[in-house]
Amino acid sequence: MTPAATLADVTKRFPGGALALDHLSLSVPQGQILVLLGTSGSGKTTALKTINRLVHVDGGQVTVLGRDVQTWDPILLRRSIGYVIQEVGLLPHLTVGENVAIVPRLLGWDVARRIAWARKLLELVGLDPDRFASARPRALSGGERQRAGLARALGADPPLLLMDEPFGALDPLTRRRLQDEFKALQRRLGKTVVLVTHDVPEALRLGDRVAVMHAGRVVQEGTAQEIREKPDAGFVSDFLAAALP
Amino acid sequence: MLSFLAERRVELAGLVVQHLILVLLSTAVAVAIGVPVGILLTRKRRLARPVLAVAGVLQTIPSLALFGFLIPLPFVGGIGARTAIVALVLYALLPIVRNTYTGILQVDPAVSEAATGLGMTDGERLRLVELPLALPVVLAGVRIAAVVSVGTATIAAAVGAGGLGTYVFRGIATVDTRLILAGAVPAAILALAVDGLLARVERSHRPARAAGLLAAFLVASLLGLAWSERADSRHPRVVVGSKNFTEQVVLGEILAAALEDRGFLVDRRLNLGGTTLCHEAVRSGHIDVYVEYTGTALTDILGRPAHGDREAVLREVRAGYAPLGLTVAAPLGFNNTFALVTRPETSRRLGLRRLSDLAPHAESLRVGLFGEFIERADGLPGLMKTYGFRLAVPPTEMDLGLLYTALLADRVDVVVGSATDGLIAANDLVVLEDDRHYFPPYDAVPVVNRASLSAHPGIEAALAALAGRLDEAAMRRLNLAVDGAHRSPAAVAREFLRASAPSPR
Repeated sequence: MTPAATLADVTKRFPGGALALDHLSLSVPQGQILVLLGTSGSGKTTALKTINRLVHVDGGQVTVLGRDVQTWDPILLRRSIGYVIQEVGLLPHLTVGENVAIVPRLLGWDVARRIAWARKLLELVGLDPDRFASARPRALSGGERQRAGLARALGADPPLLLMDEPFGALDPLTRRRLQDEFKALQRRLGKTVVLVTHDVPEALRLGDRVAVMHAGRVVQEGTAQEIREKPDAGFVSDFLAAALP
Repeated sequence: MLSFLAERRVELAGLVVQHLILVLLSTAVAVAIGVPVGILLTRKRRLARPVLAVAGVLQTIPSLALFGFLIPLPFVGGIGARTAIVALVLYALLPIVRNTYTGILQVDPAVSEAATGLGMTDGERLRLVELPLALPVVLAGVRIAAVVSVGTATIAAAVGAGGLGTYVFRGIATVDTRLILAGAVPAAILALAVDGLLARVERSHRPARAAGLLAAFLVASLLGLAWSERADSRHPRVVVGSKNFTEQVVLGEILAAALEDRGFLVDRRLNLGGTTLCHEAVRSGHIDVYVEYTGTALTDILGRPAHGDREAVLREVRAGYAPLGLTVAAPLGFNNTFALVTRPETSRRLGLRRLSDLAPHAESLRVGLFGEFIERADGLPGLMKTYGFRLAVPPTEMDLGLLYTALLADRVDVVVGSATDGLIAANDLVVLEDDRHYFPPYDAVPVVNRASLSAHPGIEAALAALAGRLDEAAMRRLNLAVDGAHRSPAAVAREFLRASAPSPR
């Protein structure tokens, strides 16, 4: 089966000249959750953003659904990829319902269809549409906001979801519950997911595969079990040892 | 004060409406230009600094200088509301452009990036995310622009655009504090009201909807006003202008009343900001007629050397004006030469009676004058040369109307006024005699645009009927009636025409 997305020998230099991505190669298998795990500054978010062309690569190739992203219309590309980011992602001046239906709106759906669809998505992520559809994002708790952000990413029913620290700002209890619900939802919908996190337990709990990143490179990749049980000596062992009791 | 306001309530209401229209139109145009420019700057960031600098420089141009540039220009220039609005728009641009620019830039970059990540085009991001989030800041800019406009719109009166500045200017010209307040206080109240209204829009839950509603309401009311204005602009009208001091306003009213007596519909554009403004206005046909003084015309406008022969000066002015498309009618009768005026006690103490008495005391005298006098060929430099004195303290430049206030308050010792100033008689002030005949004659003559003469043939006869009817004493009385007794220039003019009407044979 073709991977949902690939990065092949990708480099990215920041304006200062430092390498953000250093000949990075990755493959995102269809229908699975790939976690990019690393410390801040490891290049994981940059790698994620090359997939929806928020970051333009200086070398190498990125493909999505078998096609080089350079040959995609970037607007079309982004509308076919769900994108979830921590906290700030919801547009503060729109209601939750309008936020969830924003991509369908960009795609030109009529209002009635948008509203019905937004209610369905809110239900899917466990938010009561009657209560939340017309609420403002600032009236929501952190967990509710993350659910709404996920609902929005599912707006155009994209095959691929990119998630950047989606559960980062939540208290441990809420985070745990959302992680479990999310995993169940992903299994049910069969979406491909690339998820960025610095949280080792989260990576091991959610990831079908985990790629540990350091200094713009993947230093170890494998199933969650492989990473937990056979971490490479050096950085990966240290990182896991520091994070796990 | 209350009865004073009650008397003028219709006029005052009209001025408030004019004032509001000036502010609304100029702010609307400034928004229509400023917001797109601000948006453009966020897309072409390199342009931001120079464009904002230009907008900043525009704000520093003094309004009269700006009017001086604008009046001769086609399309945007002229006399009246259009020129005033162009100037107000230029002043309003900076806060609107700057707030649009910074408002969009201060949108959280993470939110903008999220919008891009969702697959928004640049235009969609602007419309759905950046503009709505920047709206409170943009509205704050509009609010600043509108409130400042309420204040600056008072200068619109200097180009005959009306508004509350009319009272302020007229009050200054006639040294009438009540008139100044009648203009300034409503302007301040308007500013507060505009500020309060826009602040409410800014803070409302749906600022976009509130701003839209307000804009729709304003457009509707402007259309209504434009429609009602249109109705009475169909008849041909004669436009009478005047400079911004009492005598000029009275003369303007006399011309206007004389024309009205002959069945003309007259537009009054009185209190225009000075000689250059009036000259440019009559030359370009924005006004049809105003009263000029031969000496001013000769030295100031035609740039020729001054001399003392009244007849020769008039001939020279007529010859010089003909190629400009201007006709000089017969003199009204009085010679309003410059007068250096002092308080009676100063005159007694220093023995000042003639200009040649000035030289020994010039070191200690404080002189107040209006700006024009420093620049004019027949002004201060020549005066000092002829009478051989130098001032130790640089002269204080003041508005014409404030000179006597300053003199009576002992802020200055000598002011440069004119021989027909009513306040001279009212306060027993001393006019220093021009014993070396330095000042050229300043015979008052109506100056008419020649095209207007052919369009309204009756003007010529109306002006001819005024020839020689006003001597210096009469003019001083009329000025005093306005400056001293605070009567309205229009009433004074009417009364003069009735009283001095040639008796039927």
